[in-house]
Amino acid sequence: MTEQGAVSEFDGTEPSADGPTDDQGAAREQADPRTRDESGRADSETPMDDASARTGAEAVVAALETAGVETVFGVQGGAIMPVYDALYDAEHISHVTMAHEQGAAHAADAYGAVTGEPGICMATSGPGATNLVTGIADADMDSEPVVALTGQVPSDLVGNDAFQETDTVGVTTPITKSNTFASSADDVGEDVSTAFALAASGRQGPTLVDLPKDVTTDETDVGPTEPSVPGTVSVPDRATEDAVEAAAAAISDAERPVILAGGGVVKGDASDELRAFARDHEIPVATTMPGIGAFPEDHDLALKMAGMHGTGYANMAVTTTDCLLAVGTRFDDRLTGGVDSFAPDATVVHVDIDPAEISKNVEADHPLIGDASTVVDQLGAAMDDSPDTDEWVTQCADWQDEYRMDYAVPAADSDDGAPDASSFPDEQPVKPQFVVEAVDAATDDDTIVTTGVGQHQMWACQYWTYTEPRTWVSSHGLGAMGYGLPSAVGARLAADDDQSVVCFDGDGSFLMTCQELVVAARENLDITVFVLNNEAIGMVKQWQDAFFDGRRMASEYPWVPEFDTLAEAFGADGFRIESYDDAPDVIEDALATDGPAVVDVYIDPTEDVYPMVPSGGDNGQFALSEDHL
Amino acid sequence: MSGELSDRQGLPGPAPESRRRPEGRRTSQGVRVDPEAEAEHPSRRTVISALVEHEPGVLARVSGLFSRRQFNIESLTVADTQNDDWARITVVVEEPDPGIDQVEKQLEKVVPVIHVRELEADAVARELVVLKVDADRPEEVHAITEMYRGKTLDAGPRTVTVELTGDEQKIDDAVDAFRQFGIREIARTGQTALARGETKTAVVPDHLK
Repeated sequence: MTEQGAVSEFDGTEPSADGPTDDQGAAREQADPRTRDESGRADSETPMDDASARTGAEAVVAALETAGVETVFGVQGGAIMPVYDALYDAEHISHVTMAHEQGAAHAADAYGAVTGEPGICMATSGPGATNLVTGIADADMDSEPVVALTGQVPSDLVGNDAFQETDTVGVTTPITKSNTFASSADDVGEDVSTAFALAASGRQGPTLVDLPKDVTTDETDVGPTEPSVPGTVSVPDRATEDAVEAAAAAISDAERPVILAGGGVVKGDASDELRAFARDHEIPVATTMPGIGAFPEDHDLALKMAGMHGTGYANMAVTTTDCLLAVGTRFDDRLTGGVDSFAPDATVVHVDIDPAEISKNVEADHPLIGDASTVVDQLGAAMDDSPDTDEWVTQCADWQDEYRMDYAVPAADSDDGAPDASSFPDEQPVKPQFVVEAVDAATDDDTIVTTGVGQHQMWACQYWTYTEPRTWVSSHGLGAMGYGLPSAVGARLAADDDQSVVCFDGDGSFLMTCQELVVAARENLDITVFVLNNEAIGMVKQWQDAFFDGRRMASEYPWVPEFDTLAEAFGADGFRIESYDDAPDVIEDALATDGPAVVDVYIDPTEDVYPMVPSGGDNGQFALSEDHL
Repeated sequence: MSGELSDRQGLPGPAPESRRRPEGRRTSQGVRVDPEAEAEHPSRRTVISALVEHEPGVLARVSGLFSRRQFNIESLTVADTQNDDWARITVVVEEPDPGIDQVEKQLEKVVPVIHVRELEADAVARELVVLKVDADRPEEVHAITEMYRGKTLDAGPRTVTVELTGDEQKIDDAVDAFRQFGIREIARTGQTALARGETKTAVVPDHLK
């Protein structure tokens, strides 16, 4: 990001004795005979003694180590160099150099989504920090735990429009849970610990610590502390018993209850409790998009995702319910459609750890503020009777049958219901839904799926059968195209070694961050990217066809690269699926690749995403095809 | 998947118009209502007081929050308290009840905020205004200033500048009364307030005292 020579010229600091800050210094670092072992970690000649003087940068690294951080994603640059220099000696932290800071933020976000612990991203001041912004905003919208550490120009230059100076705290205030300008080497360790604790606690989210270069180079004798949240912050756990009793009574009395499981169920590790509650009381379960995986989609009570591109049966159930138990959801407009027609007959029981989500978009008749797993357990204990749902469950099953998620394919199923490519005519373009189902069939249940944003993302929601929490990693609230590949990098490093990571991307999304393939190749990360290529920003094209008289302005690409060839240039393996015939073998080969693989899938460019509730529309009036819009 | 669908786009199932629709509805604020009833909540004006840790950026954070969430604020004041580590922010908002509730909850989420609440209608609230008028009729200006128990801060051949304090209503009335002289400039502080009598404006948890 930064020319190192320029930094020492502009930032007014003397090159430190042990840190290269000029061109020759940088060159020396390349040739430095001090060895780093093959894992990329430094040898431990200079173990850190907690009581001795250290730099602010070392205090930052000590704070991360004390918090248990093992992986950091980032990009070097002038103002952050002291912190990177301190990482050189960190035995327990490995750093993944990303191609672009946006990639670092998305990777950290996905790392946080998969592990539940904060993902860490680092960048220099100015452009480094502003490049993180999309990823930080994404984490904020999706309540993912992320800590961003940004370099900053030395304190005495702040406000002077110095080289690579940006008011990072100002820029990121609206998109962080908390952010801090580190004011001294003595305090910087605690600033980082606190940022870590805030990102991880309560409703998770991104935090940021801005690190001026003088603060990270000054010395301090303050040792690291365990992360803890400031005294002004209280984290709710149990809901009040009276409220729980009243809510349980409302659920018991319901005739048409529905559970709506949001991302908070996944983040709050409440999936087991929620599953038990639903099964014990025979209540159908719909999820929001971030809630995917909270409830097994192959279960009889599963309605799958509700909302704009949710299943018809989930939307019928949510629209018709007389009692909605909503857990860990903020009632986003993509879920509710127009709130005037959202679950209009429902008594709403809303469980959330963030009191500000209660009655923000949809009024809660029974607000239950607390941790999702604790409160669902409380509710379970308070339920005297199960609601009588036999008729209602049958009704939901009938809707599942009426509004099947079938898609048009040119040939019939094989006998066992699995997609059978062999019988499809070769000249027919491949349906994207088929590819999602075929990859699902070829992988284990604990496989992690990441996506970009657009049509491919919706097909990955709709046609993959998710059964476990933390296996669906996507950009939900922000809708950041380009999320897919860097999040696959982060998910790969967070996942168990025997867990597979696949990314469904669109050609448009992939082109926004495909440079991160270099990271996957360099680190030999076993990820498989399926680019569902329709040579268009497909979702925009679909909307243009539906709402803009088919005037396809700037949505179709007259030329896209050969993504398999591009992958090989980056050092990944490239594959291509042009027909149904190709699909089974190519999918198998790509998944078998030990390292990054990219499959360029030529999908049917006429395929659109349905069902669809137009923006602000009535969920119960979802369209099944364009002529319903 | 099904082969019979091969000739069309879209999914199977009854068309939207054939589906049974619930009769209920909600307001734009997500409140379930009787379909026949009035849909909107009226706005009301109220004072919200927040005790915050006195640190750089807290005012920017709070004012940014108001603009980002489109809260309708009439005034915002911030200054020190009896404790150097704390500052008090007083905000006058005009919102429907769900909006006032959101203002409080969103403020509560800001990390340096110690306590937030809406003050009672009987809270002691005052505003200060400095007002500059033409000095053509100085005796009359003086008389009006006296009536509102104001103070003359500056009197010159062409302008008179007065200071007035009072509740919002009094200040509004006073400004109206001064219009006859030709108001050149006005500076108003916005309201600041404390709860009345023994009632605490803010409750500070023991571990922060």
